[in-house]
Amino acid sequence: MSGAQRSPLPRRALLWAPLGLAAAGGVGFWAMLRGMKDGSYDPRGVPSALIGKPAPRLALPPLEGVATPGFAPEALASGRPVLVNFWASWCVPCVIEHPQLMALQARGVRLLGVNYKDKAPEAGRFLQRHGNPFSALVADAEGRAGIEYGLYGVPETYLVDGGGIVRWRWAGPMTPDTVSAELDPLLRRHA
Amino acid sequence: MRALLFALVLAPQLALAVGRPSEMLPDPAQEARAQTIGRELRCMVCQNQSIEDSEADLARDLRRLVRERVAAGESDQAVVEHIHDRYGDFVLLRPPFNWVTAPLWALPVLVLLGGALGIIVNRRRTAARAAPAPLSPEERARLAALEREP
Repeated sequence: MSGAQRSPLPRRALLWAPLGLAAAGGVGFWAMLRGMKDGSYDPRGVPSALIGKPAPRLALPPLEGVATPGFAPEALASGRPVLVNFWASWCVPCVIEHPQLMALQARGVRLLGVNYKDKAPEAGRFLQRHGNPFSALVADAEGRAGIEYGLYGVPETYLVDGGGIVRWRWAGPMTPDTVSAELDPLLRRHA
Repeated sequence: MRALLFALVLAPQLALAVGRPSEMLPDPAQEARAQTIGRELRCMVCQNQSIEDSEADLARDLRRLVRERVAAGESDQAVVEHIHDRYGDFVLLRPPFNWVTAPLWALPVLVLLGGALGIIVNRRRTAARAAPAPLSPEERARLAALEREP
């Protein structure tokens, strides 16, 4: 009893602890749901293991039937930032992303395309129909380059700085919001 | 009867799950090693299956990569390291111990220690309460007087 008399306040406060815990959990859950809604939190998202490391050197053939040239591994450390974009004609989200790629190219951002596990004629038709934003294009028919990048789906986009270091990865289609909120600040920083 | 039906439905899927014979290595010892490695690697597409259990395209590509590296004579550790370098900690079904995953591993220990601390504090309190202060001479005299009464 003496303990209760000495400190009545903390003990009474202890009664509120479960309520406080539940409230904190509720706020956390609400923040998660809000993040999922506006796209800033993805519970299935996985951070790339390549951030801060040199971009894998791709030695891939150019995409057949398209006038766009291929690129050598050195193109990934050209002194200017580049975007490496994995895409495929069979990939539906790539269609959603394409206008953003076209807009980036129009603004002078260098886009290196990796056509992932695709058939060259179909990839060519896709570019004819939706426009070709790539300044260089290679074909990764076997998906080997994808594994080198830690790719787990298309589209995926990597920002490689002028020194050839991977700075950012976006898995899934980039939306106009992704570009303005995430990519633009990084492009400015690494320009 | 139901069990038989169940088995009939499941059997083809089980056969599919381990990969097609054409994908397997001719050397059974190497194939066994590749399967052991593959069972430790997460399929990044389905996330709760190992690459040995998954039919996703990416899992098949990774199975092939594991087998190529095993056939080329690499150690199990080197093969896992190769894939870990590209896909990060998440690809390992058994999370490694490093500073990022430390809270994950430490949490059960912390909860246990916290519980033990709570018990100790609580016991001390009850012990302090259980031992009352000795009686003063006046109290003792009064008690003696009360006891003397019929």
